[in-house]
Amino acid sequence: MEVPILKQGAVLIATFQAALSDADLNHLRMGLVQQVVKFRSRAVIVDVTAMDVMDSFASRTLREIALMIRLRGAETVIVGIQPEVAFAMVQLGLTLEGVATALDLEEGLAYLNEKFKTTN
Amino acid sequence: MVFPMKFPANSGGGLTQNRAARAEEKIFMAKRDGTPTSPEPKRTEEPSELLRELVAHLRQNRTQLREEWVVRITETRLLTAMTKEEIFAEATSVYDSYVEALETEAFEALQAYARNLSERIIPRGVETHEVVGIVLLLRDVLARSLFAKYQNDFKKLNRILDAYEPAANRIANTVAVGFVQERERVIRQQQEAIRELSTPVLQVRERLLILPIIGVIDPQRARQLTEQLLRGIRTNRAKVVVIDITGVAAMDVTVANHLVQTVEASRLLGATVIVTGLSPEIAQTLVTIGVDLGKMNTVGDLQGGIEQAERLLGYKVESLAEPQ
Repeated sequence: MEVPILKQGAVLIATFQAALSDADLNHLRMGLVQQVVKFRSRAVIVDVTAMDVMDSFASRTLREIALMIRLRGAETVIVGIQPEVAFAMVQLGLTLEGVATALDLEEGLAYLNEKFKTTN
Repeated sequence: MVFPMKFPANSGGGLTQNRAARAEEKIFMAKRDGTPTSPEPKRTEEPSELLRELVAHLRQNRTQLREEWVVRITETRLLTAMTKEEIFAEATSVYDSYVEALETEAFEALQAYARNLSERIIPRGVETHEVVGIVLLLRDVLARSLFAKYQNDFKKLNRILDAYEPAANRIANTVAVGFVQERERVIRQQQEAIRELSTPVLQVRERLLILPIIGVIDPQRARQLTEQLLRGIRTNRAKVVVIDITGVAAMDVTVANHLVQTVEASRLLGATVIVTGLSPEIAQTLVTIGVDLGKMNTVGDLQGGIEQAERLLGYKVESLAEPQ
């Protein structure tokens, strides 16, 4: 399943659809980093609003994506985690430590604006 | 209270066996003491026939038996919370349902009726012992009328009671269980309401929520708290939450861990949590269980917590009055 990746200036926005397979996640990990390189993006927003479950593999992959993208000098923000999903995740100990999170796309963009303003 | 009674799973078969066993016993005993065996027993009625017969009798004498029952209820001082008219109205519907259950043996329908009845009378303050009491009184009143009707035919009375007793006992059991189930449902509902009322999520500024917690937190309440908070964060688009636990005396390890999880889950929704009002005991608990305090943002009291939250959100509070 293809995950749509949109470009908004220096930010890439990847919108997860529900129920991504492990293969999809692996494919996405490589794909996103390649896009960051190609467009010299400064940040990536991963929108998981449509995900109603988050297992340990998905959670780990998200973290790895963030770390890989940081090696390219770019920031990752995960947005749209649903309350039920957040609750389930912390009970399993999947806290996405070290990865920025925001309520939704709007908040994610606001957060990045602030960050870019202060670093410029 | 559930009646510890056993009912034959197949009451028809059980009755046939009992009757056959007694007939055999009679013939055996007769042979032993030399008296001629009794003539071939008359064709005995099927249990379903007996049931029909007794149900017909109960229907025919409905008015009188119901009246007798209501008198007994008043004498025993049951249902004191209800007026005479109400008792009469309920007695009528209970009597009819009782007789119908005897006839159709449809106990699910009876249980549904019992729950429905309970829903009506529990708010009136009727207690379990009263409901069980009146059903048993009805059982007695009907049984007595059967004694009276068949007093001249003891054998037939026995057969009638064989048909009546298991069904009547099952009815008493069903009604009692239905009543208790309804009470338990009401209690659960009330507990849920209390829990919800006691954990309000309040917005005090744009993007700032306060969750004041008072009283005892058990794991169930803690879980409910978290769910309400996460939903509140999403609905109000909160960026900062102040959880105040001044009103919480003590917290066990499970709940303390739950608090940490709440903080982490809130972060996943993009909100920062500030915990305020930790008592010395709770502070001790958290340190003892080795909670990673780096993950928890804590401030002494609620005032301090709100002030820090405002700073995080970029608010500045200034006094308008001239300093004296």
